[in-house]
Amino acid sequence: MARPQPDREADVPVQRLRIRYAKRGRLRFTSHRDFQRALERALRRAAVPMAFSGGFSPHPRVSYAGAAPTGSASEAEYVEIALAERVDPDRVRADLDASLSDGLDVLAVVEAVPGTPALPELLTGSVWEIVLPGLTEGDAAAAVRAFLAADRVEVERMTKKGMRRFDARAAVVRCEVSRASARALAESRGECAILRLVVRHGTPAVRPDDVLAGLRVVADLRPPSPPAVTRLRQGPLDEGTGEVLDPFASETRAARTT
Amino acid sequence: MVVAIQIPGGRTVPVESLFPRLEPLLPLVQKPIQYVGGELNSVVRDWDEADVRWCLMYPDAYEVGLPNQGVQILYEVLNEMAGVLAERTYSVWPDLEGLMREHGVPQFTVDAHRPVGAFDLFGVSFATELGYTNLLSALDLAGIPLSAADRDESHPVVVAGGHAAFNPEPIAEFVDAAVLGDGEEVVGAITEVVREWKREDRPGGRDELLRRLAVSGGVYVPRFYDVDYLPDGRIRRVAPNRSGVPYRVHKHTVSDLDDWPYPKAPLVPLAETVHERYSVEIFRGCTRGCRFCQAGMITRPVRERSITTIGDMVRGGVQASGFEEVGLLSLSSADHSEIGDIAKGLADRYEGSNVSLSLPSTRVDAFNVTLANELSRNGRRSGLTFAPEGGSERMRKVINKMVSEDDLIRTVATAYSNGWRQVKLYFMCGLPTETDEDVLAIADLAKRVIDTGRQAGGRGDIRCTVSIGAFVPKPHTPFQWAAQADWTTVDARLQKLRDAVRSDRRYGKAIGFRYHDGKPSIVEGLLSRGDRRVAAVIRRVWEDGGRFDGWSEYFSYDRWADACAEVFAGGPVSLDWYTTRERDSVEVLPWDHLDSGLDRDWLWEDWRDSVDEVEVDDCRWTPCYDCGVCPSMDTEIQIGPTGKKLLPLTPV
Repeated sequence: MARPQPDREADVPVQRLRIRYAKRGRLRFTSHRDFQRALERALRRAAVPMAFSGGFSPHPRVSYAGAAPTGSASEAEYVEIALAERVDPDRVRADLDASLSDGLDVLAVVEAVPGTPALPELLTGSVWEIVLPGLTEGDAAAAVRAFLAADRVEVERMTKKGMRRFDARAAVVRCEVSRASARALAESRGECAILRLVVRHGTPAVRPDDVLAGLRVVADLRPPSPPAVTRLRQGPLDEGTGEVLDPFASETRAARTT
Repeated sequence: MVVAIQIPGGRTVPVESLFPRLEPLLPLVQKPIQYVGGELNSVVRDWDEADVRWCLMYPDAYEVGLPNQGVQILYEVLNEMAGVLAERTYSVWPDLEGLMREHGVPQFTVDAHRPVGAFDLFGVSFATELGYTNLLSALDLAGIPLSAADRDESHPVVVAGGHAAFNPEPIAEFVDAAVLGDGEEVVGAITEVVREWKREDRPGGRDELLRRLAVSGGVYVPRFYDVDYLPDGRIRRVAPNRSGVPYRVHKHTVSDLDDWPYPKAPLVPLAETVHERYSVEIFRGCTRGCRFCQAGMITRPVRERSITTIGDMVRGGVQASGFEEVGLLSLSSADHSEIGDIAKGLADRYEGSNVSLSLPSTRVDAFNVTLANELSRNGRRSGLTFAPEGGSERMRKVINKMVSEDDLIRTVATAYSNGWRQVKLYFMCGLPTETDEDVLAIADLAKRVIDTGRQAGGRGDIRCTVSIGAFVPKPHTPFQWAAQADWTTVDARLQKLRDAVRSDRRYGKAIGFRYHDGKPSIVEGLLSRGDRRVAAVIRRVWEDGGRFDGWSEYFSYDRWADACAEVFAGGPVSLDWYTTRERDSVEVLPWDHLDSGLDRDWLWEDWRDSVDEVEVDDCRWTPCYDCGVCPSMDTEIQIGPTGKKLLPLTPV
């Protein structure tokens, strides 16, 4: 008599947690797939009571939202997990952080307020910092002026579906050259310029390297060594002010009122 | 962080992290994560507080090298010792190698990105001979002269280990030393010799350090042995050229595996690797006596790890890593005397937890459904893998794979009627005495497997995958004297077999067929049974751009064949001489002075028995047949049962 294949029903999630984490230092070279595997292992190590999907090959219910590209650092990456038991979010933050390598750092864990939009709907804009070693502020500022003055800046990027050509200009809400901090100067060992970029998320997603490609197109700006890119914020984009807001605002309010 | 190493003559070389110089190159290469380290359970110890520093290497890409058990065990064992530091390095892909050369970045460790050239010892683990060209890349990138003779006190002592080190002669020119057998204890002994020599302010320089290692009897130092040749190319003799250096160097055997429960905290990579699981070696050694199997011959006797230690290691390892799969490793895992209790105990402990068990290397005759059901309790029942190795009954007698066709059919019938739908079968082609008929028998066997499955399972979607590798004769096995089949013969037989499988439409889609052509095996054969003269070929191939020879997209047979033609021109030896030539009993083999414990006369008798199709039983269950290992190595078979069971885990 053939035994049935091992099978299970899906768990009913009783709590959803939203996690903000950072990708720092040398671990900025983690790809999104690398991070997914690391997170799922860390959830097991931290014994977080995950809700599992049903079926032949159950997997923990984790929802990922647009990840920073491999090689870019980030202070604002987001992920949501569904749990089969209720837990203390602060405890999960500490346990999960301890279970991940240094450099993949869990910054905040909040309980999702029922009815708030899903993460991908909330995360509509990003603030990026781009350190350009070996370039002067003046060179960078001139290139940014030319970029912002254009209506369209066509760039190319190799994607899984082949070479794509798209406009990098429209998604850029703001782009400023800021004064290089002493730290940035020390790390780049010499002259450097710093861009602060606010980008609207869309399809295709315009990434910092696309904007850099755009600066090359409009002003032939070529950094002599690879730029250091960091996502500083991610959240709802306020189209009026061009500011990126806190995606955990409703959770913070809810926590204050209880 | 800047620290310094002191070298004789008062020169001081700063040992800085190379990461700031490597970092700008990383956005320009594929999968940069493999070069940054920072794995969970990796260790960075203070450079200045260690007095002996090891760099360990698995000479292949990170994705293959990181899961390697040998390196992980030694990494942990060494880093637990007081005053010792161990870091790891892996082969860099050609894209990064090019950039490192362009920007002057030397070979680095992934732990603290220290230059490999700054360590005291550079230990390289060779699971396969196809890593030899990668050794040369790493040495060259590290700034270490390729020839051991050109090194001085400022260079690390290059030590080869792993199964391929049982014949290190083809790389004798490039390594300072080789170690045979289990590494757990001998790394400590080597460390002590180095520590002592450094503490005495390096008397006699590099030569004296190597002499001290050699006279210990457990470390082979090729430079202290001279090899003479006969006019026809064979070896006349191998003899020590220094007093106190032993005529034969012995392998190392850890007698109680429970004393060495490593890895305890396995490395958990961020990058994707070939094995993503926590592996526990449940026993070491195998006496089934398969004549082609070098691992089974050189790791004797069988030493089991107890069920209690296995349970503790799995608990600790899963907790420390978060891995979802546990592999119970050995050369033939279902042969553990308590495998049923181990599988049931672990399945009970992890019931409903998504931790699944796997048992690689299961023999057809040791498989049973109770065991298989325990192993698949938390996992899938997708496929079972068996290795009959030979297609015909006759062939299996020659190789001493004591499995009959009826055993196999009975086993697959049980598996199919219990819900498995796919069986993978492994075979070899090019075995000694093999004919076309022996290989074509694989097709008949596969068809019988499908017929059995269709009847037993009562369903049509039964599959059988046949994987075939070309046989390579290995040192320290009864086939060490055998002629390797030339690649044209192997390819022709595989072609005939494929046609035989495809000719019958009733089986066309049910039987999958996987094989590689015979050319890479000829190169593996050259490197396996080669002597010191092969070093020049390895160097020539490497200079010509040869890298990553285990990867079909990098391997070039022509490059190796051309290098052999060039290097061996005008002399008595050739690529064929090393591979397709049968040796006789009196020929001095390049590894005869390296002692795996096996009695040479027994190996020869077993080789003759093989040709006569005479089988030899396993000494765990039948009387000793005098292979020689236990008396010469002063070891004994260590098997259970202990009668103990695994208790349920209590939540902490």
